[in-house]
Amino acid sequence: MTKSFILEKLKAQINPSLSDETRRMAVADRLSKHATGVLPAMPATRIKRVNKFIEKVIASQATIEQISRRNASQAISEYLRSHNLPGEIRMGKDERLKIIRDDAKGLLIKDGRSDGQDLASFSHAEAGVVETGTLALFSGPDNPTTLNFLPENHIVMISENDIVPHYEDVWKVVRSRYGEGQMPRTLNFITGPSRSADIEQTLLLGAHGPIRLHVLLTRD
Amino acid sequence: MQITSPTFKANSSGALKDPQLQKALKHVKSNFIEKRASAVEALPEFDALRDSAVSIKNHVLENLDIYLETFEKNVTKNGGHVHWAATASDARGQILDICRRVGAKSVTKGKSMISEEIGLNEFLEASSIPPIETDLGEYIIQLRGEHPSHIIAPAVHLNMDQVREEFQKKHTHLPADRELSEPESLLKEARGILRDKFQQADVGITGANFLIAETGSTIIVTNEGNGDLTQSLPKVHIVIASIEKIVPTLEDMSQFVRILARSATGQEMSVYTTLSTGPKRKGDPDGPEEFHVILLDNGRSGMIGTEFQDMLRCIRCGACMNHCPVYHAVGGHAYGWVYPGPMGSVLTPQFIGVDQAGHLPNASTFCGRCEAVCPMKIPLPRMMRHWREQEFEKHLSPPSHRRNLSLWAWLAKRPKLYRISTALVARGLWLLGGFKRRTSFLPFAGAWTKHRDMPTPQGGTFVVQWNLGKRPPRSIETWRRVK
Repeated sequence: MTKSFILEKLKAQINPSLSDETRRMAVADRLSKHATGVLPAMPATRIKRVNKFIEKVIASQATIEQISRRNASQAISEYLRSHNLPGEIRMGKDERLKIIRDDAKGLLIKDGRSDGQDLASFSHAEAGVVETGTLALFSGPDNPTTLNFLPENHIVMISENDIVPHYEDVWKVVRSRYGEGQMPRTLNFITGPSRSADIEQTLLLGAHGPIRLHVLLTRD
Repeated sequence: MQITSPTFKANSSGALKDPQLQKALKHVKSNFIEKRASAVEALPEFDALRDSAVSIKNHVLENLDIYLETFEKNVTKNGGHVHWAATASDARGQILDICRRVGAKSVTKGKSMISEEIGLNEFLEASSIPPIETDLGEYIIQLRGEHPSHIIAPAVHLNMDQVREEFQKKHTHLPADRELSEPESLLKEARGILRDKFQQADVGITGANFLIAETGSTIIVTNEGNGDLTQSLPKVHIVIASIEKIVPTLEDMSQFVRILARSATGQEMSVYTTLSTGPKRKGDPDGPEEFHVILLDNGRSGMIGTEFQDMLRCIRCGACMNHCPVYHAVGGHAYGWVYPGPMGSVLTPQFIGVDQAGHLPNASTFCGRCEAVCPMKIPLPRMMRHWREQEFEKHLSPPSHRRNLSLWAWLAKRPKLYRISTALVARGLWLLGGFKRRTSFLPFAGAWTKHRDMPTPQGGTFVVQWNLGKRPPRSIETWRRVK
């Protein structure tokens, strides 16, 4: 059997001075401790970290505005209008987006996964990582992952409370929500709009994913 | 794919005379180096992260059997399937079996060098299941019937007018007089065509940058988003990954993510880093119904415990080729197989044999830039030297080369005689150089002096100068420390 062939071959090649028992213990130890390695230095205060997050989001060629949650519908409408887009938005059933449904301000809301024709989608990020202005989105019944890729315009809401310094902080969120060793089916780290430099190394936005990424940062 | 590594010298001469290629290669030199340097400079922890990543990978390689089993267990627990492939042909067979079982009529692909390694595209085509490359660069070269010339920028050998020509030739369903003068219009056209392909595909095949043992997740790191559409729209997702892609935990992966994009494109973070764990779950509106991971060995297990083990730390960032003067001069196709540049010069003899690829480890000046920029600190020049040794031991190098090396070895073991001979040669060359201090005639080195003059020694051999108390100028010392 191929599996045992490969594993036997590996065992035969691996340093014989280490016993299988020692190696198994080393692996179990590493997997259970999930120790953090080197972490880049981050600003000490929360306000400075939020500012750095904003700065990094802009550096990734996304756009960002600070709003209060109850103004989300209005912010979306204005954003769509400013880009000459129809007042329609595709989104999942996530509870945190309910505020938009309750007070749509004339927006046409379309539910569920994208059919590939939508011009704009709206999602909620689980975390925003300061070090690179990265958004973390988890898929699930109320959060279709295709919303992050198919529409040309992607609007993502995130609360200031969910801004974390490092990627490692996202793993804490994952473990507390799904349990040890468990993951959402799809976890997307998103840093800016889609891009390609495959033609003469010229950077172009909007390769296969969104051409624009807009972040609504809420204070509440 | 057809292997042309044995004719590396002829390939290189051709490449040097190809004006389109030479024009395109300028982009490599100017873009990648500068961007990487500023990204590295902006992160004070970069070097510490490299050390951290190196030690994680070394630990993984020492325990790879255990980690692979752990990974398999966790993929299975989440409803996925793991297939073990000892050879390229095993992997191709497993992929074809899955495609046939689900009645696949078309397959979309995210960028994967492993799929090049196993010759997947040719194989699927021959099996009447057309694979469609969806990464823009890969799509362009697939239209042209070519293979990648760079592991992260597959179409880097092409200029915009060549892409335009190809689109005009192949996209015949579009009006012939359409606007294609800007790169934006080319991108838009490819995007439109590939959108339909994503929606129609029955199976999506991607590679993996990492496999996480702790969770059974596979990870792709991309900029375009094509990999994500490839893996989330079709009903079956097949991941093809080589066994050394394993990292133990989510935390360990984070260390690699910080150095990968910075070393590759000079970005702080690639646009999309996606972790996939098993097939879609109950209530999920999207995602694949089946999730398969093919674990490919293809000779890698045999590298463990040998002088080539460190090569298995490679994370395929491409920094070595981006900084290689040989790659800058001849581009990737000259190397004659899947992997170009310094990492290719080490890997290619491993896969196709040093008898086929012996020229590659010899085509290096050992300037050391590849090792200096490698995020995984792989001693690439040392490994190329190992291949040269093997080539010599297996009597593969030409007789004249072997004779001269033996003569030199005999002399080098007799220091007195060596010093006398080198002093004589230095003196002779000095005379030959005359006032010009250089010569266009050098016995036994006509091929070299045909294209340039040789500067002649001024003022005695190295040992003589050293004994007189001379030391290298400060500027050289500083240069040596530059990373």
